[in-house]
Amino acid sequence: MKGLAPIVAVIAVLAAVPFIVQSNATLNFLVVSLMVALAGQGWNILGGYAGQYSFGHAAFFGTGAYVTAILQVRYGVNAWVGFAAGIAAGAALGAVIGALAFRSGLRGSYFALVTLAFAEVLRILASVAPITGAGVGTLIKLDLGAQTFQFQSRAVFYWVILGLVGVSLAAARLIEHSRLGVWLIAVRENEDAAEALGVNARSVKSLAMVISGAITAAAGCFYAQYFLFVDSGIAYGTWISIEALLTPIIGGVGTVFGPLLGALVVKSLGEGAKLVTGDVPGLDLILYGAVLVLVIWFTPGGLIGGFAQLRKRLMRSATRAAASIQEAGHG
Amino acid sequence: MAEPLLAVDRVTHRFGGLLAVNCASLTAREGCITALIGPNGAGKTTLFSIISGFLRASEGTVRYAGEDITGEPAHRLARRGIARTFQIVQPFAGLSVRENILVGAHLHQRAREMALAAAEQIGRSVGLSDLLDQPADTLTVAGRKRLELARALAIEPKLLLLDEVLAGLNPSEIRDIVPVIRGLCSRGTTIVMIEHVMQAVMSLAEHVFVLAEGGVIAQGTPAQVAADPVVIEAYLGHGAAAKLGASHGH
Repeated sequence: MKGLAPIVAVIAVLAAVPFIVQSNATLNFLVVSLMVALAGQGWNILGGYAGQYSFGHAAFFGTGAYVTAILQVRYGVNAWVGFAAGIAAGAALGAVIGALAFRSGLRGSYFALVTLAFAEVLRILASVAPITGAGVGTLIKLDLGAQTFQFQSRAVFYWVILGLVGVSLAAARLIEHSRLGVWLIAVRENEDAAEALGVNARSVKSLAMVISGAITAAAGCFYAQYFLFVDSGIAYGTWISIEALLTPIIGGVGTVFGPLLGALVVKSLGEGAKLVTGDVPGLDLILYGAVLVLVIWFTPGGLIGGFAQLRKRLMRSATRAAASIQEAGHG
Repeated sequence: MAEPLLAVDRVTHRFGGLLAVNCASLTAREGCITALIGPNGAGKTTLFSIISGFLRASEGTVRYAGEDITGEPAHRLARRGIARTFQIVQPFAGLSVRENILVGAHLHQRAREMALAAAEQIGRSVGLSDLLDQPADTLTVAGRKRLELARALAIEPKLLLLDEVLAGLNPSEIRDIVPVIRGLCSRGTTIVMIEHVMQAVMSLAEHVFVLAEGGVIAQGTPAQVAADPVVIEAYLGHGAAAKLGASHGH
């Protein structure tokens, strides 16, 4: 399939990392970064390609995490089945929120606020409902084994999340090159013009929301499996809503590799800030904000957009230089 | 006589208290170019929006190809073969010219390669051959008008609604694009065009409807309409026809 080669190459390179890096702290950092990249890719399908900016992707992340955890703890369901059910629950929630928001024609900031409201309502419900463990949260019993989706080695978790990220990258690429992708971008750029060309804006946006919800929920399922603990503040907290939208915006909104690049950069900056400032709470958030402002200021297309611009400028000056050399030769 | 492809019957549309279209009726015969003219604010674009499904008529019906399509949403009408261009051109800014046309070409063609080929061919047919890989937002006004036309053509319309595709073009650009429109018609596309460039209306249209203050005040061949005192008054003000007549009389 055309366009998948770069994805395979990037995943192959990243897959080699655990052979070189043995430090648990570093691997842990990479696992969390990849998990955020996965959540961000989910956001990117809806926000980047379809242009519907959600402020509440925690709704999907948390649903994935809770469904995975609760099915195992309360109903004794196999962890892998729970994982798949979590992804399906994210997709279903996407369909519900999409139907409600798009049917009533919400766009732009209204859509963003509604998604935020959904995430907050779910957070509050999860913090009081008995089934989620209310304020105490849900703890998955430690039981190492492939069958329980629990691994001693961080490297295995790293490969699992890397595999999921690889699938999400391939999904983004396939969507980009499909009719759905073309129509999503058309809706993002101009909904009326798209409708005039036969695009059912409501249904393509809803479909994007379903795919988006499934991918971000997968990140949540992974969270539950990796940390073996979920509570309402983690699962439905604003932190993940923010990181899910920040990573693609910084990396390159509406690009395949944007979320991955953004996640690695943002997470590295966060760690860097912690090293410099010690553990002053909130300082890494201030840094996030500053980086976001700088990126949007200088390259509205994110880092990938910035690289593309730089390359174009270099090529233009190169051709100009070549032309002037030629002219000098003629003179 | 066969039923016309498009029949708008006593359509009325209100924006709040403003009566934008008032009991307007018009028809477009299959394979013909029909023009819709009228002074600014007459309700021409509103009527287009109703026909193409972007607005819902307060009263009246729209029939297309023998079926009542009143109130059907725009995307479904596009599937039935009604395409429109926008008076204020609306290219998909982030996409190239080719990709802009691709959006429409995908309506009847799911496979990317086939749709790309169709998009390229349509781009060439409207004279955008050299600009296919340019970003759409770098086009000149004339280029954007052509792109607007190409995109609409990509959905293979039976009925094409052109909203001032000639406005803002210089005389030589108009001379270039008029044959393109005539060519579409000769290949069987029915066209309804809103136009202010009378020279083009005179040379292209077989039938003209004149809209003023929301209602159709005259219709006929271009020559009949241009000589109609009611039309002259609508454009130039009350009593203008008499004054013109008087000055001719002397």
